[in-house]
Amino acid sequence: MAARNSAGGAARPGGPNRTCQFKLVLLGESAVGKSSLVLRFVKGQFHEYQESTIGAAFLTQTVCLDDATIKFEIWDTAGQERYHSLAPMYYRGAQAAIVVYDITNTESFIKAKNWVKELQRQASPNIVMALAGNKADVAQKRTVEYEEANAYAEDNALLFMETSAKTSMNVNDIFMAIAKKLPIGPAQGEPTGTVDMNQPQQQQKGSCCK
Amino acid sequence: MDEEYDAIVLGTGLKECIISGMLSVSGKKVLHIDRNNYYGGESASLTPLEQLYEKFHGPSAKPQPEMGRGRDWNVDLIPKFLMANGPLVKLLIHTGVTRYLEFKSIEASFVVKGGKIYKVPADEMEALATSLMGMFEKRRFKKFLVWVQQFDENNEATWQGLDPHNQTMQQVYEKFGLDENTADFTGHALALYRDDEHKNQPFAPAVEKIRLYSDSLARYGKSPYLYPLYGLGELPQGFARLSAIYGGTYMLDKPVDEIVIENGKAIGVKCGEEIVRGKQIYCDPSYAKDRVKKTGQVVRAICLLNHPIPNTNDAQSCQIIIPQKQVGRHYDIYISCCSNTNMVTPKGWYLAMVSTTVETANPEAEVLPGLQLLGPIAEKFIQISDVYEPTDLGADSQIFISRSYDATTHFETTCKDVLDMFQRGTTKEFDFTNITHLSLNDQE
Repeated sequence: MAARNSAGGAARPGGPNRTCQFKLVLLGESAVGKSSLVLRFVKGQFHEYQESTIGAAFLTQTVCLDDATIKFEIWDTAGQERYHSLAPMYYRGAQAAIVVYDITNTESFIKAKNWVKELQRQASPNIVMALAGNKADVAQKRTVEYEEANAYAEDNALLFMETSAKTSMNVNDIFMAIAKKLPIGPAQGEPTGTVDMNQPQQQQKGSCCK
Repeated sequence: MDEEYDAIVLGTGLKECIISGMLSVSGKKVLHIDRNNYYGGESASLTPLEQLYEKFHGPSAKPQPEMGRGRDWNVDLIPKFLMANGPLVKLLIHTGVTRYLEFKSIEASFVVKGGKIYKVPADEMEALATSLMGMFEKRRFKKFLVWVQQFDENNEATWQGLDPHNQTMQQVYEKFGLDENTADFTGHALALYRDDEHKNQPFAPAVEKIRLYSDSLARYGKSPYLYPLYGLGELPQGFARLSAIYGGTYMLDKPVDEIVIENGKAIGVKCGEEIVRGKQIYCDPSYAKDRVKKTGQVVRAICLLNHPIPNTNDAQSCQIIIPQKQVGRHYDIYISCCSNTNMVTPKGWYLAMVSTTVETANPEAEVLPGLQLLGPIAEKFIQISDVYEPTDLGADSQIFISRSYDATTHFETTCKDVLDMFQRGTTKEFDFTNITHLSLNDQE
């Protein structure tokens, strides 16, 4: 099930090395490298001509912190951003977001700012947001200055890094930075008592974890 | 957009989104358009609350401040629940769309008898305690349920002397010695028939429906119904995402002027100056008004309450059925109620919807027996919707039109219509083995 705010481990709730699952959404204009960033992070791969959708419901990857394991459930836009047709469901329950732009494309930076506004409007107020200036490997063609994006990020309380899915520069780092800012603790304000349809038969399940 | 699509889907109602997902999964190149700037069409959940006020009472109408944050409201326009063991749940599981949604059981189901609300028993304990029927009737009813569970239309040994091809449901009730009250309760609150015609039909379909009810009840315990968090509008969005993952292209807020026809066959749609080419069109009735006919009307009253429905033991979500005979009607009246527990209202608020098939010239009065059960109503919105069905089944025109959502409170007819449209359009049944992404790296 998606959007499960499953902070608190099944075995030793409150103890060290808990596994916490978080929904992370990617946003940004088409062709800025959203899918490439995810593929680099999840599979360590890069394809110069990445198909525009990756054909998966969502991908998962875990990162280990000192006191917890963070499992990201990463949602790609599946192309629905192209004609501004992203469903509200996409933002629903997202605890983290990476807004991506292409440092060689000023227009994509302007669009990124719009996505940040959209998140501030639609998403949960506690969402951890990061801004990624992708394609840092072609910095000689840059049209968006680092300082400009950094200043914007500071004004809006966003994490900020320039990344390259091609060389993997800062890819793990940006996910790690997000992981460190996520609230590790019992889930709050999430509905309880939902059913798991994929189980053949069951009574209602509790608030968190599997 | 100078390319040609295999299929253009118009409208993002639930049926169209399921079709779109099935077509994309089957390898078709799909363009999916909606004239509105939101997903869901008729099956959307309106949010924030201001949107509901604007739709019904005009742009200057505003909710009361005590109704809380507008964004905490998700108001369905069509009340329906999912049967936990029904075809829509199967479709959700097989397509993996369950991954995007979370569901809760509806807490209880009620039926009205002699002006009083009775809980439909959910387990043996409740069945023994209920005052819906007397002691001896309970025993007969239990025997009947045991027979229903083991009945198999293809195995004569299970028929116990009743012939599913020649005998009616009425004759079944008589054989088990069930009185009219019990027959009423069984046909309307368990088999969920909206009128009494089933009594005079061969009994197998009715037995099937009672079994669907009890199998669904067995899955999660409290009631046979499931409902998605944040409202039914999440369902079309989930199937739209499925379609997008398999390459479907989405465009909201795109006015569609007409379907373009050449030699009696659709070749695309006209949007302003441009024509988008597509080999087939799938759409809801509002996009093909000259190819549908009106078959009736449904009246629905959306009610905002600041208390649970009286006499439901403070149920945070429930269904109440008023069988037609109880109020001298041809069709049943349904009440559905959801609340903050389903993430469709702020804390302390409840959404109740009273609906029925229109059978008089004064539809608003027809929902009165339902409204009277709700207690004080803070705000009420009445909508009367025409029900359409296609007159053109698409064999020549390649236009495949869905039926309007009917007054049933579950999705059995919805799924049937979708599978039927898919089959008409592709001349084959949907192949679930085309769904491959479920094994892609996200298994737990």
